[in-house]
Order: sequence, then structure tokens, then C-alpha cells
Amino acid sequence: MAEKRIRVLVAKPGLDGHDRGAKVVARALRDAGFEVIYTGIRLTPEQIVETALQEDVNVVALSLLSGAHNTLFPEVTKLLKAKGLNDVLVVGGGVIPDADIPGLKEAGIADIYTPGTPTSKIIEFIKGNVK
Amino acid sequence: MDIVKGVLGRSRLAAAKGITAVENEYPEATGIMQALYPHTGRAYILGITGPPGAGKSTLTDKLAKEYRKRGKSVGIIAVDPTSPYSGGAILGDRIRMMDIAMDEGVFIRSMATRGSLGGLSQKTADAVKVLDAFGCDIIIIETVGVGQSEVDIVKTADTTMVVLVPGLGDDIQAIKAGILEIGDLFTINKADREGVEKLHIEIEMMLELSGSKGWRPPINRTVASESEGVLEVIDSIEAHAKYLKESNELKARRAESIKTELLAMIAERIRRHINKTVTETRDFEKTIVRLQQREIDPYSIADDILDKILK
Repeated sequence: MAEKRIRVLVAKPGLDGHDRGAKVVARALRDAGFEVIYTGIRLTPEQIVETALQEDVNVVALSLLSGAHNTLFPEVTKLLKAKGLNDVLVVGGGVIPDADIPGLKEAGIADIYTPGTPTSKIIEFIKGNVK
Repeated sequence: MDIVKGVLGRSRLAAAKGITAVENEYPEATGIMQALYPHTGRAYILGITGPPGAGKSTLTDKLAKEYRKRGKSVGIIAVDPTSPYSGGAILGDRIRMMDIAMDEGVFIRSMATRGSLGGLSQKTADAVKVLDAFGCDIIIIETVGVGQSEVDIVKTADTTMVVLVPGLGDDIQAIKAGILEIGDLFTINKADREGVEKLHIEIEMMLELSGSKGWRPPINRTVASESEGVLEVIDSIEAHAKYLKESNELKARRAESIKTELLAMIAERIRRHINKTVTETRDFEKTIVRLQQREIDPYSIADDILDKILK
């Protein structure tokens, strides 16, 4: 079991093409010793969940700046459950208004990161909460 | 979850969990592989290697699409390097394959090299077996052609394709010694760029020098991003598969690969046994001290220890 590594899928659901934040997070996670599966922009929740399944990731990290987080983030958690992926930790980041955060957490997004969050906070949260 | 039953019943979740078990060396991994082994050996295995940025993932995506059109199910194992500094990795090959991500007949798995001591080739070979037992007709192993372990990985393939791009100039010299010898096929990708002819001639010359025994590796040209030349590549793969079968070399290659794998497994078990019974004992530490003081010599001690193990 010496070789176990935390595997994280960094994915961008929806239509925005701004992936700089996602890439910064992906690199920070790699530097923290995680294996990061990076899938690029404009993905459907279905694609994200199928990738999470095939790659058997421990964490799905969603990044979204289009404003559609209230629809797309919960769609991902719902599909994960439907596929039997109950142990996957889901976190999200992007321009997300404070008012939306409780609803997203309710929908199964374990933690939300808004602009300016240090990547160390994301890493600590994942290390502390991964199953 | 019963992983073995799941894999044989074509459960994608079970296949994913099976590969994880192998990759993380879970205690149940050996049992899973023992049970799956009789169900392997059916898939055709294609190895793709070449320098970073050559377009291996894009080409893999296009090949997979074409195989799907022909009704074949496809498994893909994409290997990327682990950072030697952090132990982490960015596995980005899937970016080029998102079109086929939702296809039920395609299963893609990314693996990091994890800097293991030659263990990666075994893990990759086992991941291939999981996908073989899962029912994939074609399994594509994609690695970055930079190191010996990656060369070993593609050696487990039936057909190995080396992808190169024009414009790397003398870089071809650097990779020549490592990966060019293992190519059954060569593909010059990004063939709309300057330098194609030069590269083509260089590969020709290299093949000329190495001499051919029965099979002369063809050199194809592709622009994978535009799907240009992909059908010709598939034709070459099929021609090679046909050659292997008719010349009986497929059987010989697979026998060789099984032999290599078995010997590696034995060596690994011996290594583990030595760790447990020799390295981690107090006597061993004392021996090291005595060696350091030149009271004894390592040649005799190595023989003594071996005698003890064999008893």
C-alpha cells in the first residue's frame, strides 16, 4: 500500500473558457504530491462523472466562472451518486457569490473556493477530508 | 464489491477499481489478477511512444474513433511522468480524448510513473490485463518515450508505434538509442510542418542501418488534429498484425513477453524476501559494520547469505 496517491480530477463544467485558475490549482495539487487528471474546458457533468469513474479518483475539483455553478455543480454530485461513486470528495471554485455557498454545500459540494483563496487551503482541505 | 465478477461482467466501475488495486498494490490485487488471468490474452495490444508533444494522445483519440467505427471496443492506458520533486503528476492526456469519453465502448485510464523501481511496467501490464478481461478488443498503451521503463512498457505490446514530429532537429539523435529500435511502425505526425522530408530520410536511414528481419517498419505521415493519414496508420497496424500472425511471430513475441514478466515477478518476490529476511535484521547491520572495517569481504558474504536463503 506504500504507493497509494490521492487522485484528483480537475474539471471545468459548462461553457466558459477561462482555465487559468484551474491550471494554477492543478499545478499546486501536483506540487502537493497529488496525481491530477486534467481534462480541459467545456465539459458536461456526464463527461466529468464518467472520467471520475474510469480514473477512480478520490476527489473531483470543479472550476467554473460562467455563473452556472448552481446548476452544474449539483448535477455533478447527483450523477456521481447515481453511478455509485459515494466516496468521492467534491470541491468547487470560481466566481461564486457568498449567498450561493450554503446551497452548494447542501448539494454535496464539500468546500467552495472564491477568488483569492490560497491554494494551500485547498490542499489542506483535501488532505483532511479525502476518504 | 466483487471486482473480478464485475470486470468479467463488464462493469466499468469494477474495471476502474481493479486497476486501482493493482496500482496501489492493495493486498487483494494478486487474488484479482490470479482470477482474471485465464480471461486475458484476447485483446490486441498497441503501444504508442514518442517524445512529448508529438501528438500521441491526439493520434490515440483518432485511432480509437476509427476502431469504434469498425465495431471494436477500445481500452487506453495513458502513462505520464511523476514529478521527481513532489511525487505528484499532471495527467493531461485525456484532454485530447474528451470526444470519446462518453462512448461506452471506450475505457481510458491515466497512470503516473510514480518513480517506482521498474514496478511500473508490471503495473501497466496488469492494468492492460484488467482491460483485456473486461472485454476490450484493442488496448492502446500510450507513454512518453523518455526512459527505459517506458520502453519496457511498450515492449509488452503486440505492435509498437513510434510517433515523431518534424522540427526537433538533432533531438532525433537523443532518442535514437532508446525508442527507435522498438518501433514496428513509424508515424510522422504534424506532417504539414517543415522538415518532414528530412525526418523521413533520417528514419529511413536508421532503419536501413539496423537492417530488417522479415518486417520492414513502414513510415506513415499524419496530421492527427485533422484526422489526416489516420486510416493509413490503421492499415499499417493491421498489416503488422497480419504479418505477426502469419510468420508465427505473434506467438513468439507473446511467449517472450510472458517469460519476461514471469522472471520479473520472481525477481520482485526474491527482492521482497531478501528485504524481509536479510536487510531488515540486526545481523545485517552488524555485517555492514564489519564490511566497513574490512574484517570481511562482500563477495564471500553475498555467497554466504545466498546459501542461507536457499536452504
